[in-house]
Amino acid sequence: MDASAIIPSVLTVVLAPLLVGVINRTKAIAGGRNGQPLLQVYYDLRKLLGKGAVYSRTTTWVFRAGPMASLAGVLLAATLVPFGPCNALIAFDGDLILLAYLLGFGRLCTVLAALDTGSPFEGMGANREVLFSALAEPALLLGLAAIARETHMLSLTEMHLKLSTGEWATSGLTLALVAVALLIVFLAENSRIPVDDPNTHLELTMIHEVMVLDHGGPDFAFIMYGAALKLWVLGALVTGLVLPAGTGMAALDLGITLGGMLALAILVGLIESTMARLRMMRVPQLLVGATALSGLALVLRFGGL
Amino acid sequence: MIGPMGPALILTPLVAGLLAFWLRADGPRRGLLVLTALAHTALTINAWRVWSETDVGSSALVVPVGAWVAIDATGLLFLTTISALFLGCAIYGVGYLGREKNHMHIDYQEHLFFSNEPEAVFTGCMLLFLSSMTLVCTAQHFGLLWVGVEATTLASAPLIYFHRQHRSLEATWKYLLICSVGIALALLGNFLLAVAASKHEGVISSLFTPDLIQHATQLHAPWLKAAFLFFLVGYGTKMGLAPMHTWLPDAHSESPSVVSALLSGALLNCAFLGILRAHQVCVAAGAVEFSQELLRGFGLLSMAIAAVFILGQVDFKRMLAYSSVEHMGILALGVGLGGAGAFGAGLHAINHSLTKACLFLVAGNILAAYETKAVKDISGVRRLLPLSGILWIGGFLSITGSPPFGTFLSEFTILKAALDGDHTYVAVAYLSVLALIFIGMAAIVLPMVQGEPQAGLSKNRPREALWSTMPPAVLCLLVLAVGAYLPPTMNAVLHEVAVTLGGN
Amino acid sequence: MHLIDLTLVLIMLANLALLGSSRLAACIQLSAAQGILLSLLPLAAGEHGSKAGILLLAFTVFVLKGLVFPALLARTLRMAHVRHEVVPIIGYAASLTTGVVILCLSFWFASRLTLPHPAASPLVLPWALATTLIGLFLIVSRKTALMQVIGYLVLENGIYIFGITLAQDEPFLVEMGILLDVFVAVFIMGIAIFHISREFDHIEVDQLTSLKD
Repeated sequence: MDASAIIPSVLTVVLAPLLVGVINRTKAIAGGRNGQPLLQVYYDLRKLLGKGAVYSRTTTWVFRAGPMASLAGVLLAATLVPFGPCNALIAFDGDLILLAYLLGFGRLCTVLAALDTGSPFEGMGANREVLFSALAEPALLLGLAAIARETHMLSLTEMHLKLSTGEWATSGLTLALVAVALLIVFLAENSRIPVDDPNTHLELTMIHEVMVLDHGGPDFAFIMYGAALKLWVLGALVTGLVLPAGTGMAALDLGITLGGMLALAILVGLIESTMARLRMMRVPQLLVGATALSGLALVLRFGGL
Repeated sequence: MIGPMGPALILTPLVAGLLAFWLRADGPRRGLLVLTALAHTALTINAWRVWSETDVGSSALVVPVGAWVAIDATGLLFLTTISALFLGCAIYGVGYLGREKNHMHIDYQEHLFFSNEPEAVFTGCMLLFLSSMTLVCTAQHFGLLWVGVEATTLASAPLIYFHRQHRSLEATWKYLLICSVGIALALLGNFLLAVAASKHEGVISSLFTPDLIQHATQLHAPWLKAAFLFFLVGYGTKMGLAPMHTWLPDAHSESPSVVSALLSGALLNCAFLGILRAHQVCVAAGAVEFSQELLRGFGLLSMAIAAVFILGQVDFKRMLAYSSVEHMGILALGVGLGGAGAFGAGLHAINHSLTKACLFLVAGNILAAYETKAVKDISGVRRLLPLSGILWIGGFLSITGSPPFGTFLSEFTILKAALDGDHTYVAVAYLSVLALIFIGMAAIVLPMVQGEPQAGLSKNRPREALWSTMPPAVLCLLVLAVGAYLPPTMNAVLHEVAVTLGGN
Repeated sequence: MHLIDLTLVLIMLANLALLGSSRLAACIQLSAAQGILLSLLPLAAGEHGSKAGILLLAFTVFVLKGLVFPALLARTLRMAHVRHEVVPIIGYAASLTTGVVILCLSFWFASRLTLPHPAASPLVLPWALATTLIGLFLIVSRKTALMQVIGYLVLENGIYIFGITLAQDEPFLVEMGILLDVFVAVFIMGIAIFHISREFDHIEVDQLTSLKD
């Protein structure tokens, strides 16, 4: 564990809300507006932390603990992901499974808190969220398994080190398929279009938003921050796969990876501006399609391509 | 010379068929149909004459090296049945088309009006059908054989849809799709065979049948066996072997009787020829136990399923269709038993084709007179249609294998082969299925013939036209003749065919 | 990364997309794309035979499978005036999963077979098997007649992959004959679908059940 391993975690904690700001700004510009300032999410977080919270009488400690627990889960997950030339803070064989399940733990806490309110809206949102995540999980794990098989390493950090432009030249097909599958998982897990519309105000159409409808004040700040962290974590995963910077100069690598994250955020913003949200029935099809792509990549690896 | 006769046999009906599409008047077109049938028969008789004059070795194929189409023993056998059948059906067909023209088209079962296909399409497709079947019989290259079998499917689909109503459309769709899928699997078998024939450097020897048989021991055995399996399943779908036979009852019962006769009597044999060619290669390569076992299995299964569906059948044309499934099973069983069974199978192919065509043509007469396909509504055929009644009984006796018809001889030969080869269980199953089918068919045919026709029908007793009774009568007499006396030339050809199939 | 591997993977993507697609027009376009990709295979794999022959074969496959067949099917779709939705017996998500399972099974099966001489790529044999099985699956699980014809085309494509890459040196005439046969088959099936749509007012073949014992 070298000293530079702290950098990814620091960058995550500091820059994650900026990513959300970039997405929002891109959507605004694409829509012909000026849009919010890039640092708006920071201002929102500060505002929310200063507020008080109102708790319904039907809720229990689960509701109060949910946001904090889910944030803790996502923060831990952030320590597992390498970034650019820096290794992750915690790395061991099989940590990719721990990553998937830490994100799942975060989701579990949010879902439990939602069910704890006893409101039908939250229950409906929890149902959909769990369904879609259950379908997205094989896509994520199979994709990571394909990369693991490709690089013959079982730890995210070491996989990241092994990936280089050379790997893309020899087995670019497999990596391209995994990249597309991971992008779809990224969109699904972060509740972006085409899976979920983060700007909708109709509860019946919400998936993620409706689960956190009843939280207020610092709880909502935790949730918003947790969502930004999740965006960064999964984004770092995708960027690390697509842009394996290995020039040898640490600062340049870091710059390239940061540029990649920025490009990813702009891409998400553009996708949100151009596409409409899929019908609820079609989302499982999309996710199974992502699983099929990951499965195909894994099969290609085993087939000796 | 046998050389140019192969292409002549194929091209004559092809050109005539294209001409038939173009002709406007019905008269000349029907004349063209009969003329082409006569020319085809003449060429086939000429082929027999050339064959009997050539000095033939015991297992040599009289085929020029590298020829794409040529007439060898197996091809000649099947070609003869096709030619004879087509001549009979052409004469019957001319009369049939004439009658169809003059009658109102009301569906017998649902009393709905329908229209017929244009006669030009019917006649043209009949001739193209003949041409493609000839191609199958004379092809000496597996790829060309495949092209021919697929062409027969495509040429016969419009024929099934002659009466344009929804039941025949349904039958046509099932036929088209299931047979095309089956034949696509046979194409895969073709490619597997090519892999089996490839030498180590990557350059393959050809897929010409004589070449393959000559170099058979050098073929890669696992790929050859896989190829045979795909040929059996693929061409078996077209042939009507169970469990791929599901299209057969519908297609053969909904099409006009002329077409059913050709489908049952000629087309199924052509599909069988595809399997036989693959079997010939297996025999020469030494994988004969594998192919024979598969053939026996499918044969017995087809016979059993046919028996199940014949018992208690309510539609007499469907009964005839299932009987075709049964006899295809007998053919496969015969070849699968080896020894005298191969000889019996060759003879049975001839007998079955002639008998089934006769039965279907007579069934057409009965359908036209009674206007129903339900067995329970038909009685007194021998009073209303005397000649057809006699032929119906004669055909029934023949198809169930009663002496003195030729079918008795062929089925008995196959039974003898089963007992000779120590396949006792096979023989027992064979006999019991034949008995079941006899009982089932007797329960359907005999009540139809006996008794009195319904009151309304006997008043306007239809005159039996010559065109409707002569062809089936001739076919029935031919089966009787084969049962009584087998000409030595034919015996020699059958013997030669049996040797190539691993028998004697 | 060879051209042949890229082509094969794209063909498989087209297969998976066909399994998951519900609009008939999109399915026709996907089969056109698959046909165009298939025409690249002789160029990518062929080492035997004359250059002119290979080019001519590739061009014919391109024209027939990439342009003519989709045009025929699109014309049928227009004339049949049917809804552009396909209602399958097995749902789309299950179909996609089945497609991946079929691919895994094909890999396993192909690893047990030894080729007499090595093929152009280790993917070819499992790919041919998988495409054939996916074609069969499409025919069996889809209810619209047009989808069954597309399934038949996918089946032919799978067998064609096998033929082009493994059984080279099939005479040129026979290849042409095979293509011609498939062309006429699709043509006649198109006519049959038109008649079905006129007779029944739909092209759902699972409702053609009046003939049975």
